[in-house]
Amino acid sequence: MSNLEAFRHETRAWLEENCPASMRTPMPDDEQVWGGRNAHFHSEDAKLWFDRMVEKRWVAPTWPAEYGGGGLSNEEATILAQELKRINARPALNSFGIWMLGPALLEFASEEQKQKFIPPITRGEIRWCQGYSEPGSGSDLAGLQTRAEDKGDHYLVNGQKVWTSYADQADWIFCLVRTDTSVKHEGISFLLIDMASEGIEARPIKLISGKSPFCETFLTDVKVPKENLVGELNKGWTIAKRLLEHERAMVSGMNMGTGEASMGGMEQLAKDVFGELNGMIGDAVMREKVARHKMDEEAFALTLRRSAEMAKAGKGQGAAASMFKYYGTEMNKRRFELLLELMGTRSLAIEGEGYEDHELEMSSQWLRSKGNSIEGGTSEVQLNVIAKRVLDLPEGGQS
Amino acid sequence: MADDTQKIFNFILSEEQVLLQDMARQFFRDKVGTANLRKLRDSEDADGIDRDIWQEAVGLGFAGILIPEEYGGTGFGLTGMGLVMQEAGRVLAATPLLSSSIISSLLLLQAGSENQKQDILPKIADGSQLVALALEESGHHNPRLVALSCVETDGGLTLNGQKTFVLDGHIADKFIVVARSSGQSGETDGLTLCLVDATADGLTLTRTKMVDSRNAAELQFENVQVEQDAIIGQIGAGHDPLEAALDKARIALSAEVLGGIEEVFDRTLDYLKERKQFGVPIGSFQALRHRAAHMFGEIEVCRSIVAYSLSQADKQSNHLPRLASLAKARLAETATLVTNEGLQMHGGIGMTDDVDIGLFMKRARVQSQIFGDTQFHRNRYAQISGY
Repeated sequence: MSNLEAFRHETRAWLEENCPASMRTPMPDDEQVWGGRNAHFHSEDAKLWFDRMVEKRWVAPTWPAEYGGGGLSNEEATILAQELKRINARPALNSFGIWMLGPALLEFASEEQKQKFIPPITRGEIRWCQGYSEPGSGSDLAGLQTRAEDKGDHYLVNGQKVWTSYADQADWIFCLVRTDTSVKHEGISFLLIDMASEGIEARPIKLISGKSPFCETFLTDVKVPKENLVGELNKGWTIAKRLLEHERAMVSGMNMGTGEASMGGMEQLAKDVFGELNGMIGDAVMREKVARHKMDEEAFALTLRRSAEMAKAGKGQGAAASMFKYYGTEMNKRRFELLLELMGTRSLAIEGEGYEDHELEMSSQWLRSKGNSIEGGTSEVQLNVIAKRVLDLPEGGQS
Repeated sequence: MADDTQKIFNFILSEEQVLLQDMARQFFRDKVGTANLRKLRDSEDADGIDRDIWQEAVGLGFAGILIPEEYGGTGFGLTGMGLVMQEAGRVLAATPLLSSSIISSLLLLQAGSENQKQDILPKIADGSQLVALALEESGHHNPRLVALSCVETDGGLTLNGQKTFVLDGHIADKFIVVARSSGQSGETDGLTLCLVDATADGLTLTRTKMVDSRNAAELQFENVQVEQDAIIGQIGAGHDPLEAALDKARIALSAEVLGGIEEVFDRTLDYLKERKQFGVPIGSFQALRHRAAHMFGEIEVCRSIVAYSLSQADKQSNHLPRLASLAKARLAETATLVTNEGLQMHGGIGMTDDVDIGLFMKRARVQSQIFGDTQFHRNRYAQISGY
C-alpha cells in the first residue's frame, strides 16, 4: 500500500470513528459553527465534532504544524476532503480566519505575528471578520477612506466599514485602512484590530432575505497598537488583492445554500413535483431546464477539478479565480431561480402549518443568493479582471 | 500508450501526447490553413478534399491513431485523436478523419470480425480506403430512427431504402450501412450493420455540397446485395456497438469543435486589440470586454469537458455515454455563442467572405448537427442520468 493509500485508509477509519451521525446530514444555515470567544453550538454533536477536528488539527489541514496546522501535503488534504465529502460530513468549523486571513498571514506577516495570530485560528478560538468595503467604496475598493493616523506608539483609526460579515459576532477584524491620502492604491495598509477595542460599534444590516449576516462597522478614535500592522506601511493593497483571491476561490467553491440537498437533489424534486413518465420528469420543459442546469454544474465541477490538477502538477492554476467566482455565483443564482420555479407556491411560505422546514427556508436562500454575484467583487468586477489580466485587452475606452 | 502520468491525471497530457499535439499544430497551421478549404471551395474541387494533404496527414499517422498497431495503426488512443482533431478544427481542415478514420475504425473495432478488421483497418490507416457511415435517414440524428430495410436472403442481405447526410459519402470506397432487419423505426432492437461497396449494384449516390464547403451524400438502395461476410457483428444487434462507437466519435468531434471555438476567440481578441474606433481600440470598451470575458469562462468549461471526456475514453470509463452527450451539447452551445459574438465583434468586415469568421460559423453549424444536436444530447443526458 502506498503512503497515500494508507493515509486514505487511516482517514476513513478515523472519520468513521469520530464524525457523529448527525454531522453527516445537510446543514441548515443556522446550525453552522463559527467558533470564537462566544462560540455557539447547535448540538452536543456539533461541539464534539468541532473539538475532535480541532484536536486532530484538521480544520486547517495544510497549514504548517509549527503554527497549529495539520501539516498535510496537498495530496493528503485532497484525500481528506474527499473522505469528508464521501460521508457528507458538515464543516466542523466555518472560519474567515481559515479561508481568507490565515493564508495571507502565512505569506505576509512577521514571525511574531504568525505565532500570535495563526494558532488561535486553527483552534477556532478567535473569530475574524473582514473590514474591506465602505459606503463610498464598493467595486472601487481602493478608494477607501477609513483613516489610520500615526500617533507614535499606535494608530488612531476613524471611519466606517460596511458589509462586514458577522462583525457583531466577531472577535477581531482584518481591516484595510488609509495611511496616505495623497495616493490611492499605494496609500493603503493592512491592520488587525481587536473588536473589543473602545470606539468600535457593529450594527447588523437587515437584508431582503430577512436575515442579517452583514453589519455596518463604525470605528471612532480606535487605538490600534503598531505591531498589528501586517506587511509594510502603505503596502496593504498587495495583501488585499491576494486575500481577495482566497475570498473568490472560497465563494465559488462553497456550496452556496443547502437548496435542494434535503429534497434528494434537483432531479428528484422535479419528479416529486411533476410526476414521472417512464422514469423521466413528467414536465418536458422543466426536465430540459433541469438537464441544462445539471450540465452546467458538471462542466463547472470538472473545471474546478482541472484547475486543482493543474496546480498540483505545477502547471499554473488554469482559469483565473475571477472566472470561478463569476461562473460559480451566476450559476448559483440560476440554480435558486430554478428551484423556486420547480417548487412553485411551496417555496413562497416563510411561516405556517403544513410546510417543511426546507420549504420555509427556500425563499430566504433564494434571496441570499442574489448577493453572491455582488460580494467579494461583483460579477462586473470579475469580468473586468478577466478582460485585463487574462485576455490582456487594452484599457482607456468608455466604460 | 497510457503511461503512469495518465493513470493519475484526468486533464494533463503526457509527454508523448504533447509531442503529437505539437506535430499536429505545426502540420495544420503551416501546411493546411484555412486557405486550403477556400481553395477546395473556390476551385469546385471534384473530391472536396485535398488528396495530397490527406496523404501527408496519413503519413504522419493521423488516420490510424485509433487503430491498434496489429492492424496497421498507432493505437494512440482517443486523447491523441482529439488533439489532432482540435488542431484540424483550428484551420477548418477538410479531411475524412471524422467520417472515416474515426467513426468507421471505432465501429469495426467495436463489432467487426477478425477478418473484417484485418482486411479494412490497415487500409483506413494507410489512407487507401475511405469508409463512411450511412446512418441518418431524416434531418435529425437519431440512431434508432432507421427504416432502411435489410432482408435475409440465402446467406446474405438485401437492402432497400435511403440514407442522407452521409459525411464524405461522395468519395467513400465503402459504406458501413445501418439497416433494419426487424422491428419498427424507433426501436433499438433489429439494427444490423453491414459493409457495402460504393460500386455495389443498386446503389445510387449523389453529392451534397454543404454550407461549410464540406460534402455529404444522399444514398439510394435498390435491392443491394450484401454477402454474409460483409455483415458486421450479429444481425439485429447493431445498436449497442453503434452507440459505443458514436460516443467516442462525438467526443473526438467535440475536440474539433473546441479547436474552432479557440481559433475564433483568439482571432476576435486580436481584432479587439487592433481595430480602432473613436480613436481607441474597440477592446477598450466595457460592452465588448465583458462579453469577451464571459466567453472566456464558457470556453474554459469546454476545455475541461473535452480534456476529461478524452481521458475517460482512454480509461474505458462507464460514464462515456453521459460525458459524450455533455460534450456534444455543451460545445455546440458555446460554438454558437463564440461564432456569433466573434462575427458581431468583427462588425461589417465579419460579414464579408474575405474574413474567415463566417467559415467558422458555418462549420460550427454543421458540426452541431453531426451525431446529434444540442437538444438530442440534452435529452439523452437527462435519460442517462435517470430523469
